[in-house]
Amino acid sequence: MNAYILITILLCGLVTWLSRVIPFAVIKNMTVPGWLINFLSFVPVAIMTAIFVENLLVYHAGHWPTFNLPNIYASLPAILAGVLTKSLLAVVITGVAAMALLRFVGLG
Amino acid sequence: MDSSLSFKSGLRDVLPTVFGYVGVGLAMGIVANTSHLSVLAVLLMSLIVYAGSAQFIIISMLLAGSPVSAIVLSTFLINSRMILMSMTVARYFKRDSLLQNIGLGTLLTDETFALSMNKLNVTDQKLRPTWLHAANVVAYLVWAAATVVGCLLGNLIADPDQFGLDFAVVGMFIGLLYLQIITDRSKPLATQAEVVLFVAVCMFFLMRFFPGNIALLIATLLGCGFGMVVSPK
Repeated sequence: MNAYILITILLCGLVTWLSRVIPFAVIKNMTVPGWLINFLSFVPVAIMTAIFVENLLVYHAGHWPTFNLPNIYASLPAILAGVLTKSLLAVVITGVAAMALLRFVGLG
Repeated sequence: MDSSLSFKSGLRDVLPTVFGYVGVGLAMGIVANTSHLSVLAVLLMSLIVYAGSAQFIIISMLLAGSPVSAIVLSTFLINSRMILMSMTVARYFKRDSLLQNIGLGTLLTDETFALSMNKLNVTDQKLRPTWLHAANVVAYLVWAAATVVGCLLGNLIADPDQFGLDFAVVGMFIGLLYLQIITDRSKPLATQAEVVLFVAVCMFFLMRFFPGNIALLIATLLGCGFGMVVSPK
């Protein structure tokens, strides 16, 4: 490992750590205004939806995104498992098994 | 998931997410190996940067010989969503010491954040440092171990995707999102459904112009604003 790699890792670690820690220090020392609490209360559902949808699309610079069909197919049984069991583990295992199956039959 | 906020219950609650870390961690280690990164570099990156998608980008940019400044800027942009997540979860730890807060923030991830939001719905809107530390530390160690193992096994497993493990992380967010929607009683189901649809449509349009990670950040901010507008007063 050379200096280039080491310095990159250290600086990337620093900016990531600051992104994680500064909000904790700021929120601890301020009275959070009502509108901000209201705004932040939508972060969980908004960010989880965004992460999920990001995985269903494929980015192409300068063009419309296309659909990631294997991920969309595997999502269907995973969602069904969630509705039926309300268990996080069941959703993950069903999704992984569905994806393995898709790859096995050549659709993945 | 029950209302207990003990260390042990933190260990139990984080267990389902471990699959996601193992799947993506192995894949990252294998990519690092094929990019000629040493095991030590992979371990240091996982311990110091500790960010799934950013680590993939860092490896590809290192391989391309990009300037350090460009890699650091990309990492910051990809991880800037952490600012939103940290702000959201920090509200529940205001009474704990600054040191505890820094400790919790240092190891917070997308997954342990989402888990915390799910947990709030069964604990009457309370969180305790012990519970989140337990979840955070397990996630941290599993991630580091998985990336190192992936790097070591890199030459043996040609195609880790054939086992579907790469989908573990998507499956996890499907589960976390679904559980969030059905258990969060602070908002009407209709409002949540509207936010989900709005963010999904935003993602499609934003990804015409921005890569997924940037689109994700903008869509989240827009989605929160949209939620404020449509939620019943």
